[in-house]
Amino acid sequence: MSSSLAVSTKLNLQAHPVDEVGIRERVARLATRSIKKASKVEGLKLALSMVDLTTLEGADTPGKVRQLCTKAIHLHSGRKDLPMVAAVCVYPTMVRIAREALQGTPIQVAAVATAFPSGMNPLAVKLEDTRYAVAEGAHEIDMVISRGDFLRGDYARVADEIGQVKGACGKAHLKVILETGELGTLDRVRLASDIAMQSGADFIKTSTGKIQPAATPEVVLVMLQAISDFYRKTGKRIGMKPAGGIANAKAALNLLIMVREVLGPAWLTPSLFRIGASKLPNDMLMQLEKERTGVYQGLDYFSND
Amino acid sequence: MTETNISTKGSDWGYAPAPESADHFKLKEQYGLFIGGKFVPAGSGKRFATTNPANEKTLAHIADAGEKDVDRAVKAARTAYDKVWRKMSGRERGKYLYRIARIIQERARELAVVESMDGGKPIRESRDVDIPLAAAHFFYHAGWADKLGYAFPGKTASPIGVAGQIIPWNFPLLMVAWKVAPALACGNTVVLKPAETTPLTALLFAEICQEAGLPDGVFNCITGAGSTGAALVKHPGLDKVAFTGSTDVGKAIQKSLAGRSAKLTLELGGKAANIIFEDAAIDQAVEGIINGIFFNQGHVCCAGSRLLVQESVEQEVVEKLKARMEHLIVGDPLDKNTDIGAINSKAQCERIRDYLKVGQDEGAELFQTKCPVPEKGYWVRPSFFTKVAQSHRIVQEEIFGPVLAIQSFRTLDEALEKANNTPYGLSGGVWTDKGAKIFKVTRGIKAGVIWANTFNKFDPSSPFGGYKESGYGREGGRHGLRPYVKLS
Repeated sequence: MSSSLAVSTKLNLQAHPVDEVGIRERVARLATRSIKKASKVEGLKLALSMVDLTTLEGADTPGKVRQLCTKAIHLHSGRKDLPMVAAVCVYPTMVRIAREALQGTPIQVAAVATAFPSGMNPLAVKLEDTRYAVAEGAHEIDMVISRGDFLRGDYARVADEIGQVKGACGKAHLKVILETGELGTLDRVRLASDIAMQSGADFIKTSTGKIQPAATPEVVLVMLQAISDFYRKTGKRIGMKPAGGIANAKAALNLLIMVREVLGPAWLTPSLFRIGASKLPNDMLMQLEKERTGVYQGLDYFSND
Repeated sequence: MTETNISTKGSDWGYAPAPESADHFKLKEQYGLFIGGKFVPAGSGKRFATTNPANEKTLAHIADAGEKDVDRAVKAARTAYDKVWRKMSGRERGKYLYRIARIIQERARELAVVESMDGGKPIRESRDVDIPLAAAHFFYHAGWADKLGYAFPGKTASPIGVAGQIIPWNFPLLMVAWKVAPALACGNTVVLKPAETTPLTALLFAEICQEAGLPDGVFNCITGAGSTGAALVKHPGLDKVAFTGSTDVGKAIQKSLAGRSAKLTLELGGKAANIIFEDAAIDQAVEGIINGIFFNQGHVCCAGSRLLVQESVEQEVVEKLKARMEHLIVGDPLDKNTDIGAINSKAQCERIRDYLKVGQDEGAELFQTKCPVPEKGYWVRPSFFTKVAQSHRIVQEEIFGPVLAIQSFRTLDEALEKANNTPYGLSGGVWTDKGAKIFKVTRGIKAGVIWANTFNKFDPSSPFGGYKESGYGREGGRHGLRPYVKLS
């Protein structure tokens, strides 16, 4: 390990207690914001522009990835007023295919790496995994932290691993997945967020999508508050990516409300806020079509890619 | 980000107006006094207007009760007490209270909208707090009506007689429930005087009593200003007086009752200290400060109007508080996104503005948010003062508005000394991650209600009331039954 990457020597583990009851109340209050009509349409379009459209299955094929990329560019046939999504998120072996399919668009290609989703491999393998994905053309790397090390209390090791992966990313952006569903308490979510941000994360991300619960509003709120504190102390804006378990358009709008009121409008951009999802966009499209036509349409009218 | 033209510009996305509709009910043009189960005009024929503080429009004309009307109401209550209510079994009384509770729930939307129109409070609060809690108080006391023997084991509880009750304008229907539910559950009859700026939901409550078939005269409602209240208190036919309102009026009532057998409970002003320790969950504590002082425009007797923050986190708390306050939406009380509604009346608005000036004249530093406020109506932006001392009037006196005074402290003992250095003793708050510290602080503050890691939480089963100049007697819980029974 080169000393410049040993970020753990500078790690500040000052406790930031989180009160679970207070978090739940704040979440409930934020959810009472009423988003209707023009505000709803604008919000849904904004949320769509922040989606990391994701396929992470063992059964993924080049064909499926190409389909997904087409959807990423053209979210719904016949509507020209929709944005493209922010990124497509795939396994490293699919990066090249996605890059080809998205050529000429601003859509980013994100790759999950570091023995996703469990992270149960030695560091050398994780670094190789990362270098491979970057070499294939990934703009963004979504890594997982070693939950075992974290829960054991070996925070220095977690931090150094993030630092090393950051080094392996080169110019690619690093999103650090905390896998909050395995952390157990909101206090630990906060601590893991602090460690990830101090160790070089460009984004912090809730979940892999393989474990439930995933991006609960409570977890998202705690992470947003951690980002806010980090910005207050360092002046550096870290991005946020909830992923997994975001049930519907309303839940997506509630995320935007949270970002707006905790971090402010500066974070309401795909460069600082992403939503990891595969099925969610169709519900948002359905709501947008409802606002346009006044009636709900069946799911058959929306493409499953 | 490399190779990208993804937008890095933030969005100004915001919330469109989302007003709650007011077309599902119709207010009458005028309301009479509710005496003996019927709406009747005032003997003098006088009326006063009740207005919407958010747009200064008149909502309805209300009968102005004089001494003769008060006398009629007290006599109606006496008749109902002697002939019907005192003789009725607790189980039967309970049925009426349950019925009232259910009708409040059924008419919740209407009541919430009227409450917001008449008083200026945001619909979010009248819908989620005031009305459900009012119903909960009737449900809770309905349960006690036939179980008073269990509330006072080994004793026999019997009713006192006719209660005269005077309530304030900050939680109009909820205060009706706090006063009327225990009185009725214990077998007393009531003459209620709501505040002159917010009489409408009390009058709708009178309609609800009719709908519930409550025997005539058990609940009477006389509307009017301070002179009506004074006439009620002076009436020799009362066995019990209950008052919620300002400390000055409370003292006057106590004087006028001296030498009489009528019992008295008072729930008066407050200047609560909300104490934040450095080990608290700071973001949640900031939210607690917001709930403590900006709930209901700060028109709350138990508001956390003094913030005591430990010096090591003072800067952080103040910065975060400012950022959080900028997201508070001030405006149309009927908009579902409104956080802070209209100040209840012109007089109160002027009083708060006076205090804002007093604070600055005394040398304190004022912060106010930049949010836009409507042109018509009475509004005060969320505000706080820093650089304040114990001797400042904005620290000593109850402002009853969205104005917070912030002080810092170094040690726990200093925090307690400052918290207790006030003529009031109604409520308090403590924020810390350490359980032992919670108990140390709560034992050390002389106040009726102290919240730990939360603020402004109410439940019918939890007694509420003050020490010192915040009054005496409790409302809610078993303690709240005590002022409405004779024990033998």
